[in-house]
This record gives sequence, structure tokens and C-alpha cells, in this order.
Amino acid sequence: MTKKVAKKVAKKKAVKKLSKAKTSIVDSLLELIRITSTVIPDDIQKVLSTSTTQEEPNTTASYAMGIIKDNIELAKFKSQPLCQDTGTVIFFVYHPPGFFQTDFKDKIKKAVTEATKKGFLRQNSVNSLTGENAGTNLGEGHPSVHFYEHKKSNVEVKLMLKGGGCENVSAQYSLPDTTLGAGRDLEGVRKVVIDAVHKAQGKGCGPGALGVCIGGDRADSAYYAKKQLLRKLDDSNSLPELDKMEKEIVSTCNKLGIGPMGFGGKTTLISCKMTHANRVPASFFVSISYMCWAFRRQGIVLDTKTNNIKKWLY
Amino acid sequence: MKKLSYPFSAEAVREFKVGDMVLITGKLFTGRDAVHKYIHDGNKPPVDLKNQIIYHCGPVTMKDKKTGKWTVTAAGPTTSIREEPYQWEVIRDYGIVGVIGKGGMGQKTLDACKQYGCVYFHAVGGAAQVLAEKIKSVDGLYLEEFGLPEAIWELSVEDFPVVVTMDAHGNSLHKEVEEHSREVLKSVL
Repeated sequence: MTKKVAKKVAKKKAVKKLSKAKTSIVDSLLELIRITSTVIPDDIQKVLSTSTTQEEPNTTASYAMGIIKDNIELAKFKSQPLCQDTGTVIFFVYHPPGFFQTDFKDKIKKAVTEATKKGFLRQNSVNSLTGENAGTNLGEGHPSVHFYEHKKSNVEVKLMLKGGGCENVSAQYSLPDTTLGAGRDLEGVRKVVIDAVHKAQGKGCGPGALGVCIGGDRADSAYYAKKQLLRKLDDSNSLPELDKMEKEIVSTCNKLGIGPMGFGGKTTLISCKMTHANRVPASFFVSISYMCWAFRRQGIVLDTKTNNIKKWLY
Repeated sequence: MKKLSYPFSAEAVREFKVGDMVLITGKLFTGRDAVHKYIHDGNKPPVDLKNQIIYHCGPVTMKDKKTGKWTVTAAGPTTSIREEPYQWEVIRDYGIVGVIGKGGMGQKTLDACKQYGCVYFHAVGGAAQVLAEKIKSVDGLYLEEFGLPEAIWELSVEDFPVVVTMDAHGNSLHKEVEEHSREVLKSVL
């Protein structure tokens, strides 16, 4: 081999190696999508199991919880989607300074396309103007990707698959709400959140979990509410007044008797997580993001050298 | 646990009451938003729906590249209330005797169920794997142009588990639960 050819081959190999490393991030993201779509995180599984034992035996509620349990096991075993509505695909990427966001977003898109081909995601993205479904889950605003710079040196990626049924029963209130007698205070907040759960009935595939934001403008308020769903179910709110309200809302909503699937029963809500954001004096929004029992969110820490998954976050 | 087997009929479904847990064996046709709007707009459905069951479902489906055969890999129900403006017409004009979905439906559908002999069966929302397991074959695909989740899929199912939440006698579990929870709501607000 001449020196020139050897150099050329070496260059080719190097390119191949580089592209292999790039594929590896896509592979890790694909694995994140697969696990998120097919395996219920431990913290949620734990609460669902407890709820199952609380329902009266031989009721439609306990029957529904039994099917939910079987479904969780089967989805994991078969590595197929827990729910056919694989939802809006929402990524939260936490990265160090100097990170190439556009490039990473391209990799996310590749992983989403691949996950759709493999059936971990349904062909779930529709053009709102034409009604066309391109079948790839890519399109205007899809997938939804949010980047955050953090001080750590690694890259963390969280993923939420937010189904349409529970998104449709999510709500935003503007205080005061005279029909509910809800004023511009925490008591008013409590009232509208419970009202949202009542309005949802079984339509959001309960037992549900809530993310709530008090304040903010309409857009941020809805986004922060949804982000609360990234919190682990067994954590505590660092603000005592919100911690208290989170617990109180769960216990009150479970008195409503809506139950799993709205069949009637004891478990209407498995969790409520709340946050707040400043508002302008004229506005007081309360946003409620309702998540179904098929609570799909997962996260990974990427190994910066190998691009492999270093750690699972839930 | 009760059973319902193909061929279905209005007489058979009239036997069911709210709260009955039923295993369905036979044929189902999926149909959701696009299909219902299509029929409502005056188009004739591409299949004969007389004495059939419509399943509000947009499944995850995979096509075998070699054989061209379809399999359903996830198939839970979608929210039914979106079909409330159309469902009663489909019951009246095409004689369906069952609707499977989730979340329940409203008064118009409940009235049509009573008048024409139809039942609303509630499947467990999100239980896409348990329900897909009950699908034994994919026998047809119609209106594919609506996109795969929105198309009509003809499916054969065995022991497909549902709960009757709206019967053919004017009873609705959804109405009962809503009214009861409304009373509780008043007391906690």
C-alpha cells in the first residue's frame, strides 16, 4: 500500500468511527424512547400497586386496576407501547455550556423516526392545517424539544410521552372564578384544581396525576405545570404551603368517587405536584396538566465519552 | 363475567345492564374521529355496519415487509366523547349494536342506544397490550387515506374485556358517577 492510499484508508476509517460515535447517541436516544414507551417507571408503579389493593374486590374499579397491572407487565415483557397513544413526544435536554443544540436536535429527530418505524411510537403527528400524517412523528413543533444549560459536565435527557386523552382534560383557570367561588388566593387555587379533576371524570384515563402551576402568563403557566410531572412521585415540595396542598388535593380528590376509568371507586388521583411563577397584577392563572395512569416519562445521563447510557433517572 | 359472541344483535345487547363485565368474541371495526366525520358528511361507510360493533381506537400497526400482512401491536380505546355529535346517527342509520371506547358518551348516544338497541362498552384506557393480545387477526383495512390510526380496521377478537357503562335501557354509569361526584365536589369547595 502506498503512503497516499494508506492515508486515504485511515481517513475513511476515521470518518466511519466518527459516524459510528454519532449513531451511538441516536441509539441511546432510541433506547430512551423504547423504555419510556414500554416500561412504567418504578415510582409510578409503586403508587399504582398500592392503589390496586385499596379498591374493593369484585368491583369494576378493581377489575380495571387488574387490567392496568396486567398491561404494565405485558408491555414490558413484549417491549411494546403501554398505550397506543404514544403521545406528544417531549424532550428536556440539560447540557453543559458550549453544547451544539441543533446537532443534538437532529439526532433526536433521527431517533424519533427510527422509534416510529420500530413501533415504539405510533404514527402520531398530524399537520394541523392539512390533516396530513407524514407517518414519521416529525413536523412543525414535533418532536417538542427544550434545552437547558446546566453546570454539570454531562448531558441529561428526559423524555415525556403525553397522551392526548389526558392532555384534553388538562385545564387553565383564570382567578377569580365566580362560578366556583374561587378567589385570588391559595384557597381559590385549591378549588379550581379539584374542579378540574371533577370535570375530567374518567376521560383522562385515571387514576391520574397532576402537575400544577400557580401564576405565570398563559404559556409559561401551562409549560411549568407540565414540567412538574418530571418530579418523582415520592418527593416532597420544598415549599411547606405547597407540600401541604399537594397532599390535601390528592386526599380530597380521592373522596370524589370517580375512581379508575371513571367507573366509581377510591382511586381518582395518585399524585399532585405544584409549583408557582410570578404573575402580573392583572392576571392570576392556574394551570393543571393531567397525566393518565400510563405515566410515561424517563430520563438518562449520557456518557460523554462513549455516548452510552450511563444512568437511568427514574 | 358475561359473554357476547358473533354474530351480534340488538336483542343480545339489550340483555346487558350497566356494570356488567363482558368478554366479546367476534368482529370489531375500528372507527374514530375521521371516520365518524366522514359518515356524518354523508359518505357511505365502506363496510356494512349492520349488527356490528364500532371500536373507538387508533391502533399501532405493523406491516410485515415480506407477507404484507398487518399485525396490531397496541390497541387501547380512545376518548369517545369526541364522537358524541355523530354517534347517534351512525347507530340510527347503519344499525350498529355496540360501541367500544373510553370515557363514556352523552345523552344523544344514550337515547339512540335505547331507541335502536345499542350498548356502550368501556374498555380500559391505556391497556393497549392487554387489548391487543385479544386481537386474533386483522381482516381488513379501509379508508387508509385517513392515516393508519384513523382508518377502519376490521379485527377478529377473542374474549375482549369490557364493562357496560351505558346500556340500552337509558342507564349510564358515567351520569351516575358524575352526579355523585358533583355532590361531593359541592361539599369540599
